[in-house]
Parts: sequence; structure tokens; C-alpha cells
Amino acid sequence: MNAELQSRQEEIVEEFSFYEDWMEKYEQLIEMGKELDALPEQNRLDEHLIRGCQSRVWLLATKDENQSVRFHADSDAIITKGLVALMVRVLDGLPPKDIAESDLWFIEKIGLDKHLSPTRANGLHSMVQQMKRYGVAFQAK
Amino acid sequence: MSNVLDTAAIRGQFPILSREVHGQPLVYLDHAASSQKPIAVIEAQREYLSHYHSNVHRGVHALSQQATDAFERARSTVQYHIGAAHLEEIIWVAGATDGINLVAQAWGREHIEAGDVILITRMEHHANIVPWQMLAKERGAKVEAVNILADGTLDEDDFQKKLKLNPKMVAFMHVSNTLGTINDAQRFTQMAKSAGATVLIDGSQALPHMMVDVVELGCDFYVFSGHKAYGPTGIGVLYGRKDILEAMNPWRGGGEMIDVVSLEEGTTYAALPHKFEAGTPHISGAVALGVALQWLTGVGVKSVAEHETILSAQARHQLGKIDGLRFIGEAPKTSGVVSFIVEAVHPYDLGTLLDQQGIAVRTGHHCTQPIMDHYAIPGTVRASFGAYNTLQEVDALVQGVERALKMLR
Repeated sequence: MNAELQSRQEEIVEEFSFYEDWMEKYEQLIEMGKELDALPEQNRLDEHLIRGCQSRVWLLATKDENQSVRFHADSDAIITKGLVALMVRVLDGLPPKDIAESDLWFIEKIGLDKHLSPTRANGLHSMVQQMKRYGVAFQAK
Repeated sequence: MSNVLDTAAIRGQFPILSREVHGQPLVYLDHAASSQKPIAVIEAQREYLSHYHSNVHRGVHALSQQATDAFERARSTVQYHIGAAHLEEIIWVAGATDGINLVAQAWGREHIEAGDVILITRMEHHANIVPWQMLAKERGAKVEAVNILADGTLDEDDFQKKLKLNPKMVAFMHVSNTLGTINDAQRFTQMAKSAGATVLIDGSQALPHMMVDVVELGCDFYVFSGHKAYGPTGIGVLYGRKDILEAMNPWRGGGEMIDVVSLEEGTTYAALPHKFEAGTPHISGAVALGVALQWLTGVGVKSVAEHETILSAQARHQLGKIDGLRFIGEAPKTSGVVSFIVEAVHPYDLGTLLDQQGIAVRTGHHCTQPIMDHYAIPGTVRASFGAYNTLQEVDALVQGVERALKMLR
């Protein structure tokens, strides 16, 4: 697996291990959401919406000069935006193939899969799927 | 305590209220989505399943007779609870949604023709919108909706105006699940009847909150769900006036609803109420719903309503002090429902952080998207109170909202 992807996941797991309860973890997610740049209005298009989220989540990807995938995301709900920011932090700038084949073990490790409400967990799953789909699509190009 | 109900004694009857959520004591403020169940209701189902479960109206044996007796006794409990004139006016259905679909299909297909108008309101739950849209599409009819005013009351001028379209059916909710508005159902029914319409009232939010008398209301149909009135899920009631039900053909075919079935001569149908109860019914649900209504009567529906009004007024008073908070639905007469939004905060975020603190509220459109369109908002946070909620829980809600907002803003 991509070494960069591994170290990013390890870093996040370590960060989240400092927090004692989930209110603090949510606080961290909210901070990450606030730090993620907002998408310009012209990119907040319905075609970029991820299905299966209770709030609206937009996700776009482009390829940079190094053939790496760059993600741009936003949400009208701040915790959701924090979640998508977390995913962007893990996958942004990696080669398409590594994204398509990524094993995102940190999600389970920090307990996101178990702790999130079913609707949020579905939303997170949809985000991951969409990012991997971009990886697959950019590999083919 | 709100001095109206002994909430400590009531809470002791609800086992679920002693559990924790995310390490915090549960503060259950989602009564309008589904109420929790008192021991009496839980026991009624257990007892039925443990001691006398059998199919109803079928067997000569003792169990079947006991089950049938309990099932029919529950029907008469419902009859008295809502003041229906006849036992056979009480039809068991799966819930309010099922009841409205039954009327839309069985009554609607016989009476609604191309060009006819079905009049609903903009505050309806999707359950009182979609069945009519489906019927209208099939028959080439039209669904019109009465507007609501900024405070969440029905626009009566618009109602008068739309009654001039001569709607064949007027269907509206007694109490709004999103706005908390208590509609003047008796007067609205009179207005609709004067215009020659058949009237259906969705009483899902009203039944657990107030005395309901279908004869006094003067409506043709009244529906409600058991699970919002301290009873089980999967059971509800359609009340229909006897003459109108008798004139209707059944909707679903199957066992129980037949008189004689012949492959050569065709089938004749059972009398009311069984004509509309094809298949084996939710017997334990019906029995336990009867117990739930008796429980509610025992506590006192009027006291429950008064208690809920005190809690929601207190919640409105305290939440109203929060900067940027706006109530959605501020009718002069409201139930135990308080819906609100906070400027620049997504309801979903607020709901998530309340949940973390053990406080269960509902967020989103509450199955009333036309209301969200009316106010141009994505959803609301809704706290709703039942007999078992306390003023301390109102405080917990307010503190929970304040804590969440500190994180979110």
C-alpha cells in the first residue's frame, strides 16, 4: 500500500487517540470542517452531490500535473464537512490507482464506523465510494 | 414535575427511560415520531403471546375465542375513546398511513373522477399527500393545497377560496407534527361539509394529546397510528362513518373479509368492519393498543395535554433567548411540539451533538417537505413532549443546544 497513505492514516489515529470522549472527537471534526475551504458557488452543483447523505455534500476531483488526484469538497452541515475534510486529508494528492485500491483502515480504528448514526455511516460510505470511483475513473484516462 | 402530572410515577412505568445513551441518561424528546411504551402495553403484548395467541374469528377452540374476545374488546375501547357511534366504524389498519391509503383507494376510486379536486393543506404529513397524488394521477384529478400563514396556522381565506373549487375530498391534519399547530378541526370540517366535501382527518398527533370525539368533529373519516399514542407499531385505526363505509367496496381481498367465496359464482364480502380487514390482523398490536388507550385515559388525556403544553411553553420561553434561534410554527394553539432552526447552523449538526449528550430529537423535514419549501429551510430541529417528559428535561435540552452551538458557531 502507498506509504504516504499509511502514514496519514496513522497520524489521524494518533490524533484521535488524544480525545477522551466523542464530544471532543466531534469538536475536532468541526474544526476540520471549518478549515476546509468552501467550494465556490459555481461548483456547488447537483451533479456533484453525493447521494445518501442527510445533508448536502459536494465532491469534485481533478488531476494535477503529477497525475495525482486533487479533491475539492464541501457540505452545508459542518460535521459532515469535517468528515469529508478528513477523507480529503487522507486521499488528496495520491495517485489514482492507490485511491482506487485504498484500504481505509483508520475509519474502523478510530471507531467512526461504529459510532456514527446509520445515516451518517451511510453518508461516509458513499463519500468513500465516490472518491474511489474518481480513482478508478482517473486511472482509465 | 409540572404540577399537573406525577411524572416520577409515570416515568417509573416506562422501562426504556432508565437507559443511557452515549453514557448519558436518555432524554427522549421524540414523542411525535413515536412514543415510548408503558409496562402495561408491553405486558399486554407479552401476555397475549404467552397465554392466548391464536387466530381470530376462525376457530371453535378456546384460544381462538379468547384472542377474538380481546381483539374485539380492544375495538370497543377505541370506539369509546374516540366517541364513535358504532363498533363497526372502527377498522384496524397498520397505521395512519395505511388508513389514508385505504380511503384513497377504496373510497377514492369510486368517487374521484377526471377533473375532480382533492383538497389538502400545505402542512400535511407526506402520508396525507402522496396517497391523494397517486389517486389523482390515476383518475386524472387534481390535488390542491391550502396555504399556511407565517405563524404556521392555516390560511382560512385561502381555505374558503379553495373550497369554491368544489373539492370532493378535503383531507387535513388535526395537529401538525412539524409546526405543533392545533387546527380547529371541527370548524374546518363544517366549512368543508358546507362545500359538499367528504372529510378525512389525520389525527396521528392529536389522539395522544387531546380528547377526540369523531361525532362532535363531524368528519367522515378519522385515522391515527397506535405507536404515537403509547401503543405498539404496526397497528392503527381508521374510523369511518357507518353509512359511508357500507357503501364502499373493499380494497384488499383475502381471508377474513369474505362472506362466501366461489370460483363459479364469485365472492361476496363480509359485513363491517371485517370487510376492510383482509388477512390475519396484528392481533397483539390491537390488544395492546386498547390497553394503551386505557392507560392514557387512566392518566387523563386532558392532564397530559396540559402537561405537554407547559413543557413546550417552557421550552419556547428558554430556547427563545438563544441568539439566532427561530421557531418554525408559532400558532396561538400548539401541542407538545417545538420546531426550530438556528441561523447558520445545520439542523443535522445540532441533532448529532444533542444525541451525543443523550438527548433524542428529530432533525430534517419530518415528512413534511412542503412546509420546508414554504419557509425555504432544509429542515428543523424538533423536540416533542409526552406524558413522561419533565421540566428538567426541558432544561437539559436548552443546555444541550447551548453547548452544541458553542461548538458549531
